[in-house]
Amino acid sequence: MLDAIQQLGRATLDFFERLGRGHLFLMQVLVSVPATLLRPRLVLRQMHSVGVLTLLIIVVSGLFVGMVMGLQGYNTLVDFGAEDSLGVLVALSLVRELGPVVTALLFAGRAGSALSAEIGLMKATEQLSGMEMMAVDPVRRVIAPRFLSAFLSMPLLAAIFSAIGVYGGWFIGVSLLGVDDGAFWSQMQDKVDLHGDVYNGVIKSVVFGFVVGWIALFEGYDAVPTAEGVSRATTQTVVHSALAVLGLDFVLTALMFGD
Amino acid sequence: MTEPVVQIRDLRFARGNRLIFDGVNLDIHAGCVTAIMGPSGTGKTTLLKLIGGQLRPLSGSIRVNGEEVPSLGRHDLYRMRKQLGMLFQSGALLTDINVFENVAYPIREHTRLPEALVRDLVLMKLEAVGLRGAAGLMPSELSGGMARRVALARAIALDPMMVLYDEPFTGQDPISMGVLVKLIRELNDALYMTSVVVSHDVAETSAIADYAYLLSNGKVVDHGEPAALRESESRWSQQFLKALPDGPVAFHYPAAPFYDDLMQGG
Repeated sequence: MLDAIQQLGRATLDFFERLGRGHLFLMQVLVSVPATLLRPRLVLRQMHSVGVLTLLIIVVSGLFVGMVMGLQGYNTLVDFGAEDSLGVLVALSLVRELGPVVTALLFAGRAGSALSAEIGLMKATEQLSGMEMMAVDPVRRVIAPRFLSAFLSMPLLAAIFSAIGVYGGWFIGVSLLGVDDGAFWSQMQDKVDLHGDVYNGVIKSVVFGFVVGWIALFEGYDAVPTAEGVSRATTQTVVHSALAVLGLDFVLTALMFGD
Repeated sequence: MTEPVVQIRDLRFARGNRLIFDGVNLDIHAGCVTAIMGPSGTGKTTLLKLIGGQLRPLSGSIRVNGEEVPSLGRHDLYRMRKQLGMLFQSGALLTDINVFENVAYPIREHTRLPEALVRDLVLMKLEAVGLRGAAGLMPSELSGGMARRVALARAIALDPMMVLYDEPFTGQDPISMGVLVKLIRELNDALYMTSVVVSHDVAETSAIADYAYLLSNGKVVDHGEPAALRESESRWSQQFLKALPDGPVAFHYPAAPFYDDLMQGG
């Protein structure tokens, strides 16, 4: 019994210690961001590996999610004779929720895990220590550009996901199931609000990019520098990012659309 | 002998509950190749990290060029490190850029030299380690010995006053080892540097060292010029330098009496 309490106490202390390390790490990264902005080539290079290389999975997933939305939405709306509102249904679902959330989950799986593995391996092979001994701050040189690129890539990827998704819904609804083309687009234009819907979706994706980038980079930076440690960091990135994204999505949705 | 560049006094350092150093004193003199030898796990690499300010001691003094390293702030620590080069055991080359860019890395980070001059400097450093022809290769295309020579070229890129070598001979074939032994001594003398070589390769290290310290159980157990150490009366030094399987460092890991262990099985 005493052992169990001791273990619980130790686990709690470890959790808060790690949480503290994570926040100190974030502070270090944020302080380094202005200096990183002076070297845009570093950020652009990372945006290629973090953002551009994630495009394929985002485009394909966006297309299929949009197509499924189109099919499910049509089957429901047609019972009420409201199939002309399919465009609104697809667009609102994607812009408000599915775009930011699914993109963030895919982003964590594709780019977040890659970031954790890369940083963890750089630590295991003493590359980060080597930089420190060359009087180069690895947080400024390695971590901050990757953090910025994750932060900037996420909203762009979410926008692409939503746009492709809308076309997926249009393809199923208009091209295959016979929904009126003009109604599809005009109702969407009428009901989707730039401020209330699009901007809120963008805010969500920016927050998710921030959180996924932070978690992925911290897990890699804090990894035990062994093969097992890097593997664990990669897994934790995906699990923690997914939980954080879903939890934050609820909070943000409640704040944005809760009234 | 010249003034010490590194002066360590009463150094104590622990990892968790394990005391790695318990009252270490040593001096590293300018212009000399100083060897720090000892069995695996005695904290030789840790000592280099303490000198470079990557770790902080429990207590004691570590002075590099008269500056107390543990009390240096981040800015001063980085300023001091610009005068140090470190060769890591793994080489620690950046794997996403080629050999040329690896050597150019510290130059580009810390100077604003024109590209033509950077190129000349990098080629000079690579020529010094015999790898000018490998400038375009990626780190994954290098053998272990070549990677360490590239790392050495990078370590001397900014003409440091001191280079710290972490196990430079480990895992090297005889030819690579011979090349590294020659390079460490020649670069030290040609560039008027100070070298600290951490190693457990007794023959190679003794061949180039001006002075050597033997570490064991958190203390300096012996020190002196390598030739004098070979004649040392210390049983520990004799066991380590002559690679004897038993002695003060016991062959057997501490355990209950063998007879008792066997009888426990019934």
